Amino acid sequence: MSIVLLGHGGGGRLMAELIEGLFLPRLGSPDLARADDSAVLPEPGGQIAFTTDSFVVDPPIFPGGDIGRLAVCGTVNDLAASGARPLYLSTAFILEEGLPLETLERVANSMAAAAEEAGVRLVAGDTKVVPRGKADRLFITTSGIGVIPEGMNVSGHHARPGDVVLCSGTLGDHGMAIMVTREKLGFAGPIESDVAPLNGLVEALHPIRHGLHALRDATRGGAAAVLNEIASQSGVAIEVAEEAVPVRPAVRAACELLGIDPLYVANEGKLIAVVAPEVAEEALAIWRAHPLGRDAVRLGEVLESPAGRVHARTPFGTTRLLDRPLGEQLPRIC
Amino acid sequence: MCLAIPMQVKAVEGSEAVVTQGGTELRVRTDLLDAVEVSDYVLVHAGFALQVVDPEEARATLAMLREMAGDAPQEGEARG
Amino acid sequence: MAETGPDGAMRMMDEFRAAGAVEALRAAIAAAVPRPVKLMEVCGTHTMAIARAGLRGLLPQEITLLSGPGCPVCVTAQGEIDAFLALGERPNVVLTCFGDMMRVPGSAGSLEQMRARGTEARVVYSPMDALVLAIEQPSKEVVFFGVGFETTVPTVAATLKEASRRGVRNFSVLAAHKTIPGALAALASAPDLAVDGFLLPGHVSVILGEAPYRFLAEEHGVACAIAGFEATDILDGIRALVEQIRDARPTVANRYHRAVRSEGNPTARALVDSVFAPVDATWRGIGLIPGTGLAIREEYAPWDARARFADLDWERFANVPEPRGCRCGEILKGALTPRDCPLFGRACTPARPVGPCMVSSEGTCAAYYRYQL
Repeated sequence: MSIVLLGHGGGGRLMAELIEGLFLPRLGSPDLARADDSAVLPEPGGQIAFTTDSFVVDPPIFPGGDIGRLAVCGTVNDLAASGARPLYLSTAFILEEGLPLETLERVANSMAAAAEEAGVRLVAGDTKVVPRGKADRLFITTSGIGVIPEGMNVSGHHARPGDVVLCSGTLGDHGMAIMVTREKLGFAGPIESDVAPLNGLVEALHPIRHGLHALRDATRGGAAAVLNEIASQSGVAIEVAEEAVPVRPAVRAACELLGIDPLYVANEGKLIAVVAPEVAEEALAIWRAHPLGRDAVRLGEVLESPAGRVHARTPFGTTRLLDRPLGEQLPRIC
Repeated sequence: MCLAIPMQVKAVEGSEAVVTQGGTELRVRTDLLDAVEVSDYVLVHAGFALQVVDPEEARATLAMLREMAGDAPQEGEARG
Repeated sequence: MAETGPDGAMRMMDEFRAAGAVEALRAAIAAAVPRPVKLMEVCGTHTMAIARAGLRGLLPQEITLLSGPGCPVCVTAQGEIDAFLALGERPNVVLTCFGDMMRVPGSAGSLEQMRARGTEARVVYSPMDALVLAIEQPSKEVVFFGVGFETTVPTVAATLKEASRRGVRNFSVLAAHKTIPGALAALASAPDLAVDGFLLPGHVSVILGEAPYRFLAEEHGVACAIAGFEATDILDGIRALVEQIRDARPTVANRYHRAVRSEGNPTARALVDSVFAPVDATWRGIGLIPGTGLAIREEYAPWDARARFADLDWERFANVPEPRGCRCGEILKGALTPRDCPLFGRACTPARPVGPCMVSSEGTCAAYYRYQL
């Protein structure tokens, strides 16, 4: 049969077939194949970072990726943004009865590919099936363990006046790809999610890690949300140079059409870093040399006051407030 | 009100046109236009083309802006 | 400029953002302004554009720039919103609207909140998308909330014509559109306003042209300038206004020639006239302004939600009172600034809006709050 049935979550033969026939060949790690109740792992040798996230994205398949890739990269990136080297992931699926197996295969393939790209192992998993209508196709929860290397000490509380704000690349790609697809806006063109594992970009900053103060991946709420969090946690102000904000032309056009500000749109493959001024040049050069950081820019700087505020400086020398985003951005006509 | 941006016409198909800006493409309705041709720029609002942008007027405005900014006029533009 | 080059398409927008010209325009405005003047921009999109470019910081002290009732969401009467939400409680009804309307509060909650409670609702980018939805889902009854001024009205008119042409049986529009010139007349006549110049809405003018505004200059002596939405367009419009005021020569200056023909778009207007007829309308916080509403004509009754759902208590919805303490009306008229409203920043914030001025992302109070005007 070609769809998910309630029996696939039942713990019996059907489920075994699903795990052995669909999941293991794709997600296969020795730990999963052992099929014990827990993965038993060696001590990581350092402070442990641990995170979890659930993924319910609609639509599950979108330009540039799918929920599987998102589920792996999202958790990898949370670990990376804490300064950790990601090691192990667990994954739990909630599947809606009737989900085409083809979709599940595709998602599993994406997860495997993303895990390989990130250099992490999927070591534990679970599957549940709920009746039709009780879940939207599939939900995935991933948890991740990483280890913090010596000398890496990042926190939203560590930004200082004089620090430089860097952005690893173009903003707004993921959120606009989702919006355009989900709302069936009829836009065609090169708007694709940027979903990618960012731990490589973080590890590349190893040489300047003593000057690396804060790191965030700019997901929901966009760069503006992240900058507001840092400004608030550190009690500083942040100024963004509007002309420096990198946006792909197609994304810019879609944003202009819908009245949306790219600074507030979700990303799934972009980092914001706050670094000491003396390492800013080097950090930027490191990122630009990395495949995921080619469009990295100096986005702005940290100022003393007003504490907790973020603003943008326009090309005309004036400023505008970039306050916390309210909720999901909606397309406007006015 | 309201949000409308100029997009360039790539194709005209019955009461629709395919328009493009920055690589993004959209199909819009042309019910509000008398006439539209490929390579025209149209103002797009709520899935419709509202008007054809007048390239001569656009050039004149740009020339005025360039002059105000103290730049030399571009080829093909009149001064002032 | 227009046709060639790899990024040729973008050039119709980017060059008009020329930073160098902004400084020259700023200087020209400062040099021309003869005394303290009160200007009103009548377009929510102008409000946003001005705030986004930080243009208030460039204007001389003598210029007071007010935001008038140009936000179609702001001026939608509470009762109209309640009626639309009430339709959503009917079986098989799918409510469709522009994104701007999702978070506007009716008496008992917004469409976003109603959706969470089970009302089926979809944001659409174009009214045509709502019609397509109806065609694709014949078992559903699709209702589109027709909100917007003259820029948007022709798109809804064309959609109604298409629905009629194709004989679609499950689509209707709740018309809540309003028209601008009548509102400007009311503002120009208001004794407590004394505005010296109107910055006129560029895209409404694409449809209307210059003629409908002439009475403002000729009968009321108010300076007028039609302006586009780039920083240079807006500053150029303001420059035209202060020069008219300085020379005591009020007129209607078209400073958006690339988009606005002096005759506007007659095709669009004819389409609108064949589908809609003018009626009186209640503008939230302002009250009744004669002839500024649009009702769907008799021959399109099958696609008019008011006719299709005739059993709804339309009388009740026409008489819903305003929220207590909300000063949106006076803020729209420019008689008060958001800071003068007792609810601003306290009981009324973007996260928990009371009146539409705060809900709409381009509403005066939301703009004030977000951009610290």
